[in-house]
Amino acid sequence: MAYPYEHPSETRVLSTHFGEPRARALSFWREHGGYDALKKALEMGPEAVVETVKESGLRGRGGAGFPTGVKWSFMPREKDGPHYLLINADESEPGAFKDRELLRWTPHQMLEGALIGAFAIRAEHVYVYIRGEFFEPAQVVARAVEEIYEAGIAGDDVMGSGHAIDVTVHCGAGAYICGEETALMNSLEGRRGQPRVKPPFPAAVGAFGRPTTINNVETLCAIPHIVTHGGQWYRQWGTEKSPGTKLFNMSGHLERRGNYELPLGFNLKELLYDVCGGIPNGRSLKAVIPGGSSVPILSADEIDIPMHYEGVIEAGSMLGTASVIVMDDATDIIKQVRRIVDFYAHESCGQCTPCREGTTWVAKIMWRIEHGRGTMADLDTLVELSRNMIGTTICVLSDSAAAPVLSSLEKFRDDYLARIPKTRLPAPGPAEGAGAPAALAAGDPAGAPAHAAVEA
Amino acid sequence: MAEGAVTCTIDGLEVSVPAGTRIIDAADAVGIGIARYCYHPALSAPAMCRMCLVEVEGAPKLQPACITAVADGQVVRTEGDAARVAREGVLEFYLANHPLDCPVCDKSGECSLQDYVHREGRKRGRSVEPKRVLGQDFFGGKFGGIIYDGDRCIMCTRCTRFMREIPQDDLLCVVQRGNRSVIDTFFEEGLDESAWAHNIIDICPVGALLAHDFHHKARVWDLDRAPSVCSGCSQGCNVHVDVRDNVIQRLRPRENPEVNSYWMCDYGRYDYEWLNRAPTTVGGDLAETPAADGGRGGAGRLDAPLVRGAGGALEETGWREAILALVERLRAHAGGGGLLLVSPFQSSEDAGLAARLAGALGIAEMVYRCARAGEEIPCRGVPGLARRRDLAPNPRGLEMLGFERTGDDRGAGGIASTGGALIVLGDDLADLPADFDPGADLFVYLGRRLTPAARRADFALPVTTFAEQDGTFANHEGRLQRFWPALQPPARARPAWQALGVVLAGLEDGAAPASAADAFLRLGEWHAPFRGLSYEDLGTRGALANASVRVTPDGAEVR
Repeated sequence: MAYPYEHPSETRVLSTHFGEPRARALSFWREHGGYDALKKALEMGPEAVVETVKESGLRGRGGAGFPTGVKWSFMPREKDGPHYLLINADESEPGAFKDRELLRWTPHQMLEGALIGAFAIRAEHVYVYIRGEFFEPAQVVARAVEEIYEAGIAGDDVMGSGHAIDVTVHCGAGAYICGEETALMNSLEGRRGQPRVKPPFPAAVGAFGRPTTINNVETLCAIPHIVTHGGQWYRQWGTEKSPGTKLFNMSGHLERRGNYELPLGFNLKELLYDVCGGIPNGRSLKAVIPGGSSVPILSADEIDIPMHYEGVIEAGSMLGTASVIVMDDATDIIKQVRRIVDFYAHESCGQCTPCREGTTWVAKIMWRIEHGRGTMADLDTLVELSRNMIGTTICVLSDSAAAPVLSSLEKFRDDYLARIPKTRLPAPGPAEGAGAPAALAAGDPAGAPAHAAVEA
Repeated sequence: MAEGAVTCTIDGLEVSVPAGTRIIDAADAVGIGIARYCYHPALSAPAMCRMCLVEVEGAPKLQPACITAVADGQVVRTEGDAARVAREGVLEFYLANHPLDCPVCDKSGECSLQDYVHREGRKRGRSVEPKRVLGQDFFGGKFGGIIYDGDRCIMCTRCTRFMREIPQDDLLCVVQRGNRSVIDTFFEEGLDESAWAHNIIDICPVGALLAHDFHHKARVWDLDRAPSVCSGCSQGCNVHVDVRDNVIQRLRPRENPEVNSYWMCDYGRYDYEWLNRAPTTVGGDLAETPAADGGRGGAGRLDAPLVRGAGGALEETGWREAILALVERLRAHAGGGGLLLVSPFQSSEDAGLAARLAGALGIAEMVYRCARAGEEIPCRGVPGLARRRDLAPNPRGLEMLGFERTGDDRGAGGIASTGGALIVLGDDLADLPADFDPGADLFVYLGRRLTPAARRADFALPVTTFAEQDGTFANHEGRLQRFWPALQPPARARPAWQALGVVLAGLEDGAAPASAADAFLRLGEWHAPFRGLSYEDLGTRGALANASVRVTPDGAEVR
């Protein structure tokens, strides 16, 4: 059954049972071969499982695209204490809605992958960290966990193998930053959800100070299939560097929005116009964000590209979570960018100065420009502030906020220019709420030429 | 090159440091002060202020110097374009919402934000946006408490990490997120229960945490600073005494890894009012009356030598006349025995000369009285640091000189009349009544205040407090620590070692010590614990007295 739309180009591996409520039940899942892969993995042994995943070339689906097998192989082989597997189900990237569907429809698919992963990295405990707002998925997963405990699939003796693997479902409190792996660990431990400094990396010092691997939901969902069919089987789709299938989350101005599972490397233009039915209401395309709100924007003439990790990077953006946000020609790009930056300003954890101060400052400037009160100098300031926010912080949230600003300034500069008043505006004075010290600090005395960059 | 050492190059200077040293510490070792807010050598490093980003050759991005360890052959540049631009950018971010109210900020003049912005910030900021306003909060705390200014706060979290890691009393945390983050306490009582909380004011790099006690009291550039030792207890925390117009405005801890690390307790920090001759609080309740200062000599100082005249009344006289008359009386008294009472607030030099005088007079009984707190208040994160039970700086020094404790835990009582001579130094006898009968042929009082009992003295000579003279205290573990004069004494008050030295010279026909350093050398001739030590040996961080018992962090005693 297709959900919500289907298309002949699709290659359904993970999303086969989307839209089928009965697929949530363990009985249904086992009838369809569920947990056979776990059984096979338990017989193969951890090393062989890791090798198989390495061979498949599966890359992390959470955005960074790090090879999963390699990540697993970083875990220490000799145990001197507990290891943990964390499942990052804190899907909060604006535009992304793939993990939510995987959790809702096929919880056992993920849990099977997680148990295989835990076995491979010698972890005795799996934590499913679910985004706070995901009430329904959390309930579905919690029910599924109960079922596998009752069936002896999780617990002290996993499928009679003698291995003990526990599964705990943990709900976040609704902070975007807790989707960052180390912030997730802090949050799981009951601390403030703030990213940690790396190194040490999680494979050495992770959750509760122990070696930890953290995987995305979609990544783990692919594992049972890879273990069942072998690494080479997975490589029938995609490219050498980006093998396999991927859920594409299509949103925005499209005829048929939704999740589509396609081989990596699928052409973006074809994806928009063929799979999703193009732009509705006879409008034309203006811009595409190919990988969730944190990646650079592509303009309409940049979309004839293959959607795999390296292809999108070549086009100047990133595949990220493959959350494609499509905007038609009626879209106010400035407003969209301002809303994205507002989101990051709201979600910045506040540790690093460039992010804490930079995101709000950029948001304020964007707000002024959006409302016709920007100056030419603001555009230069935006560029400089954004550059100061890239690569200067612990995690990449501030880079994410800067990317849409810089890319939109580059590709849609005319939109910005059109919004900036032709006549000179006085700098906002006390009437706008900026006190005298602010005006002094601003170094932008009323009457200074509006075009001149206020470089001291 | 020592074993385990690595050599790297920082801004062209070669540095050899132990492996594992952080770049920021290695740079400090060669005098390159890398800018920092969140980093403090005694606290964990979260690497979140992003000020210490430096260029490390071979690294793709700028590296935070506070958590990056040096590596052999590493080339670090702190002044390269990338690092400089990053710092300038970060500083501009800091100022985007900072109120820039330096003219009314107590931290102004010792503020890292001010310093770094003036050093390498943009000449003019570009922010024209309305500033975020978070307002002020009051955190509570002892001695007037601590004020928090959220607008000035730069979220370095030194204060929260201090509370968690040093007193291990997790009373502060960051609440809210992002640009709305503020530091806050959990409960209504705030920091009231902590005896160490005021240290967060010192480590705050900006004016976000302010002492109510020092609020709007002085501009820091008007302060004169003298290194000294806290007199609050026998821990002997090293302090800076900050003085304006001969009035102490505040005490701040002075780093000494052997004694107090970077910290001091709140009791000691606010135990300074008694050293001021004039009350400093307008309409306040401190030191208004002589009795309110604990009787240690604040207001109402004895300001001239007094000698009991032929008519039986105390008469003001000059030092020369007083000394000559005293020497004559003491000569007649030689070998007559008696009692020597010295306050543990006197320096070892003062007490040593008093003990020498006692020997010359045949006084065998040498005692001191010292108030004692009910219990120690340890600083959990710093082994060996505590507010000690003895609430005076030098009881250990007096014991090394042969004095014995007397009196009760309030520092009162214990004075029995013994006949002979009664010599009192520093202890103002505030617990004794006006009709106190010294029971002695001769009563010599060297002190700062003429209490009713002191009025019974035959000689009352004005001496200085420790803050007005050079000297040393021996802390609880026998560490001899120097202090330097911070205040001008009353015109005719003299250090006790000087007054007693002259008296002794008169008695023994010798030379009086010319300086406190000289007096200290004489202690070394007379007493084994001081043997072979000089002021040069003590330096600013002190030295252990010979054969003194040192208590290691795990509680063992080491001879």
